[in-house]
Amino acid sequence: MRNTVALMALLSHWRRHKVQLAMLLLGLSLATALWTGVQAINVEARASYAQAASALGGDRLSQIVAADGGTIAQSAYIALRRAGWQVSPVVEGEYRVGSVRVRLMGVDPMTMPPEAMTVPAIVTNLAGFMAPAGILYAAPETAARLGGGLVGADGLPIGLVMSDIGVAQRLLGMQGQISRLILSKIQPIGVPKLADVVPGLRVRPPDASGDLSRLTDSFHLNLTAFGLLAFLVGLFIVQSAIGLAFEQRRALVRTLRALGMPLSGVMVVLVVELVGLALVAGLVGVGMGYGIARVLLPSVAATLRGLYGAEVSGNLHMRLDWAAAGIAIAVAGTMAAAALHLTQIWRMPLLSVAQVGGGAAGARRLLRVQTAAGAGFAVLAGGLLLFGHGLAAGFGVLAALFLGSACFLPVAVAGLLGLARRGARSPVAEWFWADTRAQLPGLSLALVALMLALATNLGVGTMVSSFRLTFDGWLDQRLASELYVTTRDPAESQAVSAWLASRSDAVLPIWSAHIEMYGQPGELYGVADHATYRDNWPLLQATPDVWDAVAAGTGVLINEQLHYRQKIGLGDTLTLPGNWSPPVVGIYSDYGNPLVQVIANNATLAEHFPEISKLRMGVRVDPARAVALADAVREAFDLPVNNVVDQSAIKTLSRRVFERTFRVTAALNILTLGVAGVAMFASLMTLSGMRLPQMAPVWAMGLTRGALAQLEFVRSVMLAAMTFVVALPVGLGLAWVLLNVVNVEAFGWRLPMYLFPADWLTLAGFGLAAAALAAAVPVRHLARIHPNDLLQAFTNER
Amino acid sequence: MGAQQALAPINGQKRRRMVVLKVAAVRKSYGTGDGPLEVLRGVDLSLGAGNSLALTGESGSGKSTLLHLIGGLDRPDAGSICISGVEIARMGDKALASLRRGTVGVIFQQFNLIPSLDVAANLAFQARLAGRHDPAWQADLAARLGLAGMLARYPEQLSGGQQQRVAIGRTLAARPKLVLADEPTGNLDEATGDAVLNLMLELVAETGAALLMVTHSERLAAQCSGRVHLAQGSVA
Repeated sequence: MRNTVALMALLSHWRRHKVQLAMLLLGLSLATALWTGVQAINVEARASYAQAASALGGDRLSQIVAADGGTIAQSAYIALRRAGWQVSPVVEGEYRVGSVRVRLMGVDPMTMPPEAMTVPAIVTNLAGFMAPAGILYAAPETAARLGGGLVGADGLPIGLVMSDIGVAQRLLGMQGQISRLILSKIQPIGVPKLADVVPGLRVRPPDASGDLSRLTDSFHLNLTAFGLLAFLVGLFIVQSAIGLAFEQRRALVRTLRALGMPLSGVMVVLVVELVGLALVAGLVGVGMGYGIARVLLPSVAATLRGLYGAEVSGNLHMRLDWAAAGIAIAVAGTMAAAALHLTQIWRMPLLSVAQVGGGAAGARRLLRVQTAAGAGFAVLAGGLLLFGHGLAAGFGVLAALFLGSACFLPVAVAGLLGLARRGARSPVAEWFWADTRAQLPGLSLALVALMLALATNLGVGTMVSSFRLTFDGWLDQRLASELYVTTRDPAESQAVSAWLASRSDAVLPIWSAHIEMYGQPGELYGVADHATYRDNWPLLQATPDVWDAVAAGTGVLINEQLHYRQKIGLGDTLTLPGNWSPPVVGIYSDYGNPLVQVIANNATLAEHFPEISKLRMGVRVDPARAVALADAVREAFDLPVNNVVDQSAIKTLSRRVFERTFRVTAALNILTLGVAGVAMFASLMTLSGMRLPQMAPVWAMGLTRGALAQLEFVRSVMLAAMTFVVALPVGLGLAWVLLNVVNVEAFGWRLPMYLFPADWLTLAGFGLAAAALAAAVPVRHLARIHPNDLLQAFTNER
Repeated sequence: MGAQQALAPINGQKRRRMVVLKVAAVRKSYGTGDGPLEVLRGVDLSLGAGNSLALTGESGSGKSTLLHLIGGLDRPDAGSICISGVEIARMGDKALASLRRGTVGVIFQQFNLIPSLDVAANLAFQARLAGRHDPAWQADLAARLGLAGMLARYPEQLSGGQQQRVAIGRTLAARPKLVLADEPTGNLDEATGDAVLNLMLELVAETGAALLMVTHSERLAAQCSGRVHLAQGSVA
């Protein structure tokens, strides 16, 4: 009862301060929304990966695979069955449905362990499935999207097509070969050892997460980092609003205690109030997060498909785990933001008024602590940069950079204000600078929020623009052929090649195979010896005779990803399936590819991998004739439109994939900047209420309310400008770390960094506009304030 | 410089003849939930240069409201307020601000120093705003107010009495024609209050300004050269 009365008294504050309540709920909802939105996307994607990994019981059953990452001969499977091994064959590879590549998996339902039989439709129509014509099953979403005779069936992951093994071998051109064998959990007693039956095979344990999960980890980590940053920026608003509410209710708390409410009771009531507000805002935030995730998920799914070949459902499901986590983080964030204020109330003496902000001496002490903490974080960032390894160290550098700059920002702004004050000539100017400096403790959280948002925009913007510039140049080098043709079978390939030979300057076969190398999925490419490659291919490092060595089959090229991940350099020898150990003679950039890749001479590649796909070719022709030739070859061989594409179409597609990749980042960037703007607005509103006692004497001594309002406006915009000045080097530092540390660790490529001063000016304009907008309401309020409100400063005890 | 000459000490006879403040039939009311509340109901008073006038009355009698109207911090609903012959009751915001800068000085009960400026800057602030900053006069004031050793301190580092002396010094440093003091010693103990008031009266007399002081204290009121008692918004 006593607590209820106290709670009602404390809650009555919000009735009279509705804007404050709105700020608190808005800040917390926004923070929760951005965090929850990102988590919802991550959870949805991971659920898709897990479903993909669980296909055929891959998450529960061991597999037998070729030790060198290649395929298994069908005779080996037969030998194992005869020896008593309970194994079931699987064939898988990439298969084209129309213009879309999907993963085709062929299975043998007769030998498949019951745990692996995850598609009920196969069992219900076994005869149809195993018939020579077969049935191609796909998830209903995939079947609806691709058409092409696919039949929808439950239990299949997005993007996977399943057929009988015979059908798959035929469609994939893998007759007599098997990709892997599913191992039943129960094996007969006394079966001979695997190596004794078939050498060169190994048992791979079950994998709950799957390759996709590993490949996309860095992408999701980046999203999570953004979500966390946005959440922290949102918490600044919460901190600001809670701070004001607690400040304004100190007298009420003292009264409650004077009337007999124990301190512990007051604390309980305050915590109950905060948790209640957090629950309300958390629920709203989770709803908003669901909306954000729904809007962003299709872009994320397209990005994951383009970057990693990962199929993620575009439909968002409301899941209890991220919704509950969103509400939990709202409560935790609120309590973290309120911790300092709760401590102050706990320590507040019953009979004295605590001084607002701790005074000038306290502010100076705080600046010294911030300087020391900033220096500490700078040392930590430097140490991690020099001695750290891995993606965690990269993010550690970013965290230290952000925290250090957050500590340094008030110090830097205080220094600039001190310098300005020294140059001030008029009393108003002197007061303006001194008063602005005195306000820093109250405003610094909002300024830090703005600085983090600006620095993130600058950093990520610089990275994306640097990437775009490099990517454009790289595409021009990489896609040197005017036309790219994909045929449907080897015979057609030979015919098309012969037909084109007399109608073009050169036909360059592009052969490829997907294999496992160094324990990860990889690509082998075969290229012809031609000036097209010698003149254009984007090599980062190479031996002097690189192309001669490739042409002679005495060396291969590797992509940057393989170079960084396996620490393989020029002159090192690769270990490839089929006992092939070629030396590395060149390293090339391969942006956007999650897989490791090796390029060799066509003939050499075919020698080691006779089953290689030989369906693609590049065609060199006068660009003016390219379109006509494309039409002609389509007509001559009745090729689908998408099987003959010109260079510009591929470049357009690649750029579209690139832009889509960063669309989510850009959206989160803008949302974070928006949240920072709200944080600044909340802080200025807070301060405008608290600062009347400081403004009133200056007004009483002869400054008009209009003049004071103008000064307040100038102050906000100027502080934003100073914040931008600090954010600029922080943002560039962020870009450098992203380009040289995080990207290398996460994606395996390093990019040159370019500077874009015009973008800085645009962002500075946005930052100043945000500050001006945030200041507009409190400034308007000050300009129109009734003199009686100012006179209160002279009559009321604060 | 002309302003300084105009405000220089003059002999007692002349002082009494120069009327600095004339208030006539001033009325003021405020809106409340239960209708308008009439705080001042036709107040008349006048004050000559070099004179001090105590304004006494019960709480709610309208003392502070009258002081705020005279100080140009608020406007009357009716009546006239002339300071040095200039009618201020109908002045606009800018003119009132100019009046507060150059002609009137207000000493508040809560001191209302500027927390971000040190004592020296606080002392100089209004004089510099008024364009009458005189470092020698400020140094003299600081010495006589016992502030010479604490010019580099900030308000939060001063006691209540010290802060009040800074507030008095800030006002007098600008040499206003009219000093308005709202319970200037209300937050101080009796001995400190007496000392501060004596010093203020001495300095006001020396600058030739007029002093209007709101107080509850009969003892302090008796030290002024005149006295007006307000009761229910009217001069009793």
